[in-house]
Amino acid sequence: MEHIISVTVENKFGVLSRVAGLFSGRGFNIESLSVAPTLDPSMSQMTIVTSGDERIIEQIVKQLNKLIDVIKVVDLNETEFVSRETAIIKVHTKDQDRAEALRIVDIFRANVIDSTPTTYTIEVSGDPKKIEAIINLLQPLGIKDLVRTGRVAVAREPVRSAAVQAKKVVRE
Amino acid sequence: MKLTGAEIFIECLKREGVKTVFALPGGVVLKIFDTLHQQKDVEVILTRHEQGAGHMAEGYAKATGKAGVCLVTSGPGMTNVITALADAYMDSVPLVCFSGQVPTNLIGNDAFQEADNVGLSRPCTKYNFLVKDVNDLAGTIKEAFYIATTGRPGPVLVDIPKDVSMAKAEFTYPNAVSIRGYNPTYDGNKWQIKQAAEAIMKAKKPILYVGGGVVFSGASQELLELAEMTQIPVDMTLMGLGVFPGEHPLSMGMLGMHGTYQANMAMHYSDLVIAIGARFDDRVTGKVSEFCPHAKVIHVDIDPTSIRKNIHVDIPIVGDCKTVLRELNQILRATVNGEQKDLRKPWWDQIREWQQAHPLTYQQEKDGPIKPQQVVKRLYELTKDRDPIVATDVGQHQMWAAQYFKLAKPNRWLTSGGLGTMGFGFPAAMGAQAAFRDRLVLCIAGDGSVQMNMQEMATAVVSKLPVKIIILNNGFHGMVRQWQDLFYEGRYASSYLDTTPDFVKLAEAYGAVGLRVKKVGDLDAVLKEALATDKPVIVDVPTYPYENCYPMIPAGGCNHEMILEDPPELKKKQSGSTKVTPEDKDTVLTA
Ligand SMILES: Cc1cc2nc3c(=O)[nH]c(=O)nc-3n(C[C@H](O)[C@H](O)[C@H](O)COP(=O)(O)OP(=O)(O)OC[C@H]3O[C@@H](n4cnc5c(N)ncnc54)[C@H](O)[C@@H]3O)c2cc1C
Ligand SMILES: Cc1ncc(C[n+]2csc(CCOP(=O)(O)OP(=O)(O)O)c2C)c(N)n1
Ligand SMILES: [Mg+2]
Repeated sequence: MEHIISVTVENKFGVLSRVAGLFSGRGFNIESLSVAPTLDPSMSQMTIVTSGDERIIEQIVKQLNKLIDVIKVVDLNETEFVSRETAIIKVHTKDQDRAEALRIVDIFRANVIDSTPTTYTIEVSGDPKKIEAIINLLQPLGIKDLVRTGRVAVAREPVRSAAVQAKKVVRE
Repeated sequence: MKLTGAEIFIECLKREGVKTVFALPGGVVLKIFDTLHQQKDVEVILTRHEQGAGHMAEGYAKATGKAGVCLVTSGPGMTNVITALADAYMDSVPLVCFSGQVPTNLIGNDAFQEADNVGLSRPCTKYNFLVKDVNDLAGTIKEAFYIATTGRPGPVLVDIPKDVSMAKAEFTYPNAVSIRGYNPTYDGNKWQIKQAAEAIMKAKKPILYVGGGVVFSGASQELLELAEMTQIPVDMTLMGLGVFPGEHPLSMGMLGMHGTYQANMAMHYSDLVIAIGARFDDRVTGKVSEFCPHAKVIHVDIDPTSIRKNIHVDIPIVGDCKTVLRELNQILRATVNGEQKDLRKPWWDQIREWQQAHPLTYQQEKDGPIKPQQVVKRLYELTKDRDPIVATDVGQHQMWAAQYFKLAKPNRWLTSGGLGTMGFGFPAAMGAQAAFRDRLVLCIAGDGSVQMNMQEMATAVVSKLPVKIIILNNGFHGMVRQWQDLFYEGRYASSYLDTTPDFVKLAEAYGAVGLRVKKVGDLDAVLKEALATDKPVIVDVPTYPYENCYPMIPAGGCNHEMILEDPPELKKKQSGSTKVTPEDKDTVLTA
């Protein structure tokens, strides 16, 4: 099963290779990984999307914790979380396609961030399903280039509404 | 006052109580060697190969419980020490390795003898550092020792560029270390410990499964109290040998692939496995799906990743063996009564039956070829009063040493378990001897393994480390031959070593003493002569080449399904032959 793991690490050189080396050395899977500094510049935040059964995920979390440069590990699947990914897509746009492209951009609340007479560069964010969907729609126009950031995620603040609490009880 | 990086390095070693450094120089570490040369507090033992330096530091660490230290140069010095780092990482040995690096302004330029030391050692160290500024050197060294020796111990590398060893800085040594991402847990969870105590009280067929973690935790005394108080039998892993007295009536000996019959049977049929500082290695579990099918499992380990890595655990306790056992014993002391003894009587009857049915055996004929087990047994009997430290190489001889040398105390057993590094034994023995100059240090070696670090005989002679090497010389990579006999229809592909070198002459060439046991009747006399010598000695003991090590659980096999002796077809083939026959040579040569 897919898990999103949020890892707070020391912002030092070599830390990324320690984390990546852990995954490759132990045969764990990385679907995506994103890193950037946090508000406190001495730390970085990594979001790792991985998959495995319960035992593997438990090992991944423990092994990450064991790394000396790792300060905190949270398996977001254990809580509620929101996640987003951004994609930048460069599409070919012949005359009649330009309007179609803009329509798609509109539907997905995406943005055109660059344009030439024959291309649009489109930025879109959302969950992976949304990104897949816009890619599918743009494909017939001809995608010239595609880059995706990988997912970033954050735990939801607990809301003290009865509904949320009831749900929790059921899950436990 | 400002000190150079090299001087800071030495001041730090002194503060850490380091008396001995195993080292081999080179261009970028010359400043450090030059500074070491001009002082007397830290002794430098010059090795002949960096792998030797690394294993010596391991032997030193295993025997003393303190961090071993080695120092190597950049490039090839670093690549040579990697095997020892990987060995220390697998066996959780506290080690601090200092490597030289090209000057900071040349890093990344493919400079002469440059290697990415931090990159090379990343997967085989607990942590590693590149020191880019001399002002960070003292703090880094402090952290290195702290990380190597706390929590689950392990090797740490500190890479020091040449200019850093030469530059000057004000020296202050930090008193304490605080690393926000590193806080090992020593105290076990009280609730879990209570659960464990309850399970122990109720168990009808409990077994203690203890390993290397008990050695580094220094928890032998607590273990002895627990076992005696509750009358629970004790299985030791290869790395745990010595944590519980081998001759104690509660001791089952070693478990696992070449463990004793009773140790493996007791594990398989137990209803409660109490694992302490042991990591359920595949040489112990055998087939995981059929491992201890009837048992609840308690697992005490300082490293959370060891718990539930290979097998399911019912009562996990993250913490230090000593701390946890103290707490556990305290609870049990108040609750244990005569009832447990009655409850477990059938279990003990069963265990004694197993013990009698299949004790460790071998046949030594009076005029027959020398059996390797006989050598280990006599060596044990002749030396046990001297409380020796015993190192081994890797192979059959290692397993016989584990079976027949019944150590009474911890920190006397130096062996390579996780990586299984041939060539480990002799340098490890030297490292222990450097720590304890007056003690008896033995190395039980194989004719194959010992050649992998033979060059260190020069170090032993020059640095006066009078290790006694006993070579069980079967003319084979015996462990490989055993597998070929059992699983490859006796085709001896690249396992026959022939009879060279002449180890007696080789010892003499180095200025050491060489002795040979010609027949079994001479064994005691020659061993005694070796033990009475104050120089390094090689005792070459030509042993029966076809002896196989049993019991044996084939890899991936089930723990209660042990092979206990040579299968009939093998017995027939090898009956009576004491030498490698021409036919064997043919298979060797044509394979
Ligand atoms: C040829 C060959 C044959 C072998 N056959 C066998 C065999 O028959 N039987 C056998 O047992 N082994 C055998 N081995 C060795 C085997 O491969 C493993 O190395 C060994 O079983 C591991 O021992 P261990 O479980 O004690 O763990 P170790 O490697 O000693 O690990 C120690 C464990 O204790 C933990 N620990 C460390 N410090 C503490 C502390 N202070 N408090 C609590 N926990 C701590 C660590 O986190 C770790 O999990 C063989 C090896 C070779 C080369
Ligand atoms: C460095 C290294 N290379 C290869 C092996 C594989 N191996 C394990 S035991 C063994 C044979 C050891 O022979 P010897 O030292 O003579 O011991 P014996 O089994 O004969 O007692 C080999 C080659 C190893 N463990 N280490
Ligand atoms: Mg041999």
